[in-house]
Amino acid sequence: MAEDHGNERSGEVAGQVEETPAGGLSRRDFLRTGAAAGALGTALLTGEAQHPSTAEPPARHEAGVELVGPGAVPMSWRINGRQLQATLEPRVTLLDALRDHLELTGAKRVCDRGTCGACTVLIDGRTAYACSILAIEAQGRSIETVEGLGTPEHLHPLQAAIVAHDGQQCGFCTPGFVMAAKGWLDRRGYPGGHAGGQPGDAGPAAAAGAAPTAAELHRALSGNFCRCGTYAGLRPALLAVASAASEGA
Amino acid sequence: MVDYSWPEVASRRLIGKRITRLDGPAKVTGAAKYTYDVHRPGMLYAKVLRCPHAHARVVKLDLSHVERMPGVKAVVVIQGEGSEIQWALDEVAAVAAASEEQAADAVRAAAAAVRYEVLPHFVDDYQLDQAPSTKPGEAQSVGDAAGELARSAVRLRRRYGLPRVAHNCLEAHGHICEWQDGDHLATWSSSQAVSAAATQFGEGLGIPASNVEVHTEYMGGGFGSKFNIDSWGLVCAKLAKQAGAPVRLMLDRDAELTVAGDRPSAWADVELGALADGTLNAWISSSWGSGGLGGAGSPPIPYIFEVPNLRHRHTSVPTHTAASRAWRAPNHPQACLITMSALDDLADRLGMDPLQFFNKNLHLTGPRQRFFAEELAVADRLMDWSRRWRQRGSAAQGSASRGPERKGLGLSMHVWGGRGHASNCDVTVYPDGAVEARLSTQDLGTGTRTVVAIVLAETLGLPLAAVQVRIGDSQYPTSGASGGSTTVGGVSSATRRAAVDALALVFAKVAPQLGVAADRLEAVDGQVRVKGEPSRGLPWKRAAGALGVSPVTARGTNPGPGDLINSGSAGVQMAEVSVDLETGIVRVDKMVAVQECGLIIDLQTAESQVYGGMIMGISYALSEEKVLDPITGRMLNVDFDSYKLAGIGDVGELVVEMMTGPEYDHRGVVGLGEPPVVSPGAAIANAVANATGVRVPFLPLTPQRVLDALAGGSAGATHGAANAMSAARSA
Repeated sequence: MAEDHGNERSGEVAGQVEETPAGGLSRRDFLRTGAAAGALGTALLTGEAQHPSTAEPPARHEAGVELVGPGAVPMSWRINGRQLQATLEPRVTLLDALRDHLELTGAKRVCDRGTCGACTVLIDGRTAYACSILAIEAQGRSIETVEGLGTPEHLHPLQAAIVAHDGQQCGFCTPGFVMAAKGWLDRRGYPGGHAGGQPGDAGPAAAAGAAPTAAELHRALSGNFCRCGTYAGLRPALLAVASAASEGA
Repeated sequence: MVDYSWPEVASRRLIGKRITRLDGPAKVTGAAKYTYDVHRPGMLYAKVLRCPHAHARVVKLDLSHVERMPGVKAVVVIQGEGSEIQWALDEVAAVAAASEEQAADAVRAAAAAVRYEVLPHFVDDYQLDQAPSTKPGEAQSVGDAAGELARSAVRLRRRYGLPRVAHNCLEAHGHICEWQDGDHLATWSSSQAVSAAATQFGEGLGIPASNVEVHTEYMGGGFGSKFNIDSWGLVCAKLAKQAGAPVRLMLDRDAELTVAGDRPSAWADVELGALADGTLNAWISSSWGSGGLGGAGSPPIPYIFEVPNLRHRHTSVPTHTAASRAWRAPNHPQACLITMSALDDLADRLGMDPLQFFNKNLHLTGPRQRFFAEELAVADRLMDWSRRWRQRGSAAQGSASRGPERKGLGLSMHVWGGRGHASNCDVTVYPDGAVEARLSTQDLGTGTRTVVAIVLAETLGLPLAAVQVRIGDSQYPTSGASGGSTTVGGVSSATRRAAVDALALVFAKVAPQLGVAADRLEAVDGQVRVKGEPSRGLPWKRAAGALGVSPVTARGTNPGPGDLINSGSAGVQMAEVSVDLETGIVRVDKMVAVQECGLIIDLQTAESQVYGGMIMGISYALSEEKVLDPITGRMLNVDFDSYKLAGIGDVGELVVEMMTGPEYDHRGVVGLGEPPVVSPGAAIANAVANATGVRVPFLPLTPQRVLDALAGGSAGATHGAANAMSAARSA
């Protein structure tokens, strides 16, 4: 992938990696160095406005493939109903774009490789690990972060339930759980959320109006970890919200 | 003599009630800003070059090409040419760059330019006989252990143990450092010792500690691993100085797991014996365990039970791994697992229900005997133990229709100290009625902020919303580190004393207005009024108005006057498990925790500590293990894929019962964070033995170890955790 990168500096660096047991080439490095070429198609297809770049010439063609980067390029996203922009290298993840460039720090960086769930956001209504999608690929899609849900003064019912049941301690994993739970509630037809299924969701039992089960909740949150051990509070909190919603459906 | 004592039960509005944590809304909305979330103007991103070898000498390190790379603003050599590196992933150099990606590029380039001379290493602490060096501890000896063991009616000899585990804080260790001028530093640090961090930065950088301000408003977990600013704290400050810009240095997950958290292993050969009536009579053991290069502390074996005839020695095994850190209840989970497993096995050999066996020997548990007796009775009821317990591995244990699954019950007991640490608190009352407590303590998620507010509001007769609590800043009055369950005692007593004294200052101003002596006033229901004459009083705001134009501040300290805190908590836990005899998968169906901790300030956050302890315990019992590769000396499972934490579907039904009432209250406040994490490993291991009829001697209780034990083989002591939880999940 180093040779696909098309950048002298980065290519040189990536070449050195292979000689170096210290660095190794992680899945994330692969994603970051290899995905730039593939990502552009997404950006063009979505029709996002390409802003004049100060950092990099516009897209260029090589062997029929349109390339951007590796320098910073303008990007734009629809996040929590607002259009936000930044000029970033194509290898920047959505998570790092949110946290380091858009001041949306609710999604946390913990494992940074799609395992722990602390960076969970909703993309077009479906739960996604923001660490495992490039910012450039997330353009043109509807992104919902924890900041779009409720505020400390006006909590979303699921946030209020987590507070009431003390389903959080240090709180670092909590926004990820909130968004995973939001995705689950939405799939169950929670009022105001995105309806519809998602691969790997809770299945027929999750139909709107059906009483939620602990097993269904466990599957929905199986992609999130907590170290303080707050599951005992999360479980009743989220089952209560889902029950109230299914009764009201 | 001022009376600081806790209010009587009848007059408590807040203390001991179930009160929702005050910073819950900020955390659940993402509004809470942790160190990792702080973004300073012009901030640079640091990455660390780490040594891939467990033991090596740096032969060549030339980073001049790295300094010229795009975006790179500072390069600091940490261990230069000639340095001897003693563990894998130790720091060699660090880079700060305009973007994190550029910093990562620079570190990759640097890695290619280092040359190491690889030296021999030793990391497998289980292999005591292969260790290049050992540090034997002092031998303990009481009575005639060998003689009484020989005379015991029932005897047992077995090996037990548990491997190293990581702290694995979800917010990685790290700092943001920003120089305000040449010798004034501001940091945002993920720390469980804010006051101490300022001193450590000052000492390490050669500037007065008073020139350092450390901020930790929110922090994402510590569990004993964040007492120190660590080498990378100073590196972060040096990079920031060199670059002339703020620098963020947070550890990557592989480093977090490898070098920033480690609970030492413990392995033990145990011989013990009892009289025919089940009285524990003799104990001889030899234990050993890891602890990094310097070795580690000694688990208190045998745990809790003061066996009348005893011989024990612990040997620390230095390894080429980063130093161990205080993992929640240091040394206790290890001592508990080893002791309670051995006692459970001995009870089985005696043909006794372990509940009866433990009760029979409670006289050996010293002053906590009464608490244990009461807690065992409560746990018995909540688990329905006495009615449901069956002899180990008996067919009645599982119903035949359930195929290969067998159910079992296990129990364990634990103790902890938890006396409040030294802490200071300033309480200020403003003439407009505003009230503020300031102390430099930190809230690790335990509820410290909430506890301070409860004590303050209770003392001043105000609603919680009427008081402000400011913590997590080294410029506030000094507080101790949050370790050893010492925080709640330290901050609650310091706050109580400050609030009582601040109230006295208000009373002194109000008394003339009400025409009574100050000592006849009380603060109740938002009023300052005359005791016994509720109609003679002033609303709080008007009372505070008597201060004129100047706020008043009182300093409360711990230790201090009055009997507000205590030490020594006792707890009992029971576990019910299902074990699949064909796959070896262990599932925790239910756990019961019965815990006392003296006077409880906030019942809800106290219960959360116990739930959390049990869950963390289930996690280390079933799947956690730092897998050290003897060939390379590196930790192999450095991510969440292979270092398995328990998920929400892995923890079963959890029941918590806090012991409350006058006989517990009168002891004062006792810390709670550590004790509930001590017993789960032993309780679950004993339940597995009860279910299967065989002892799985080592944690974690992976399918492989369970199957090995069932086959009568000797399960490997280390390795093999990686597949445990994934197997459990897919089941």
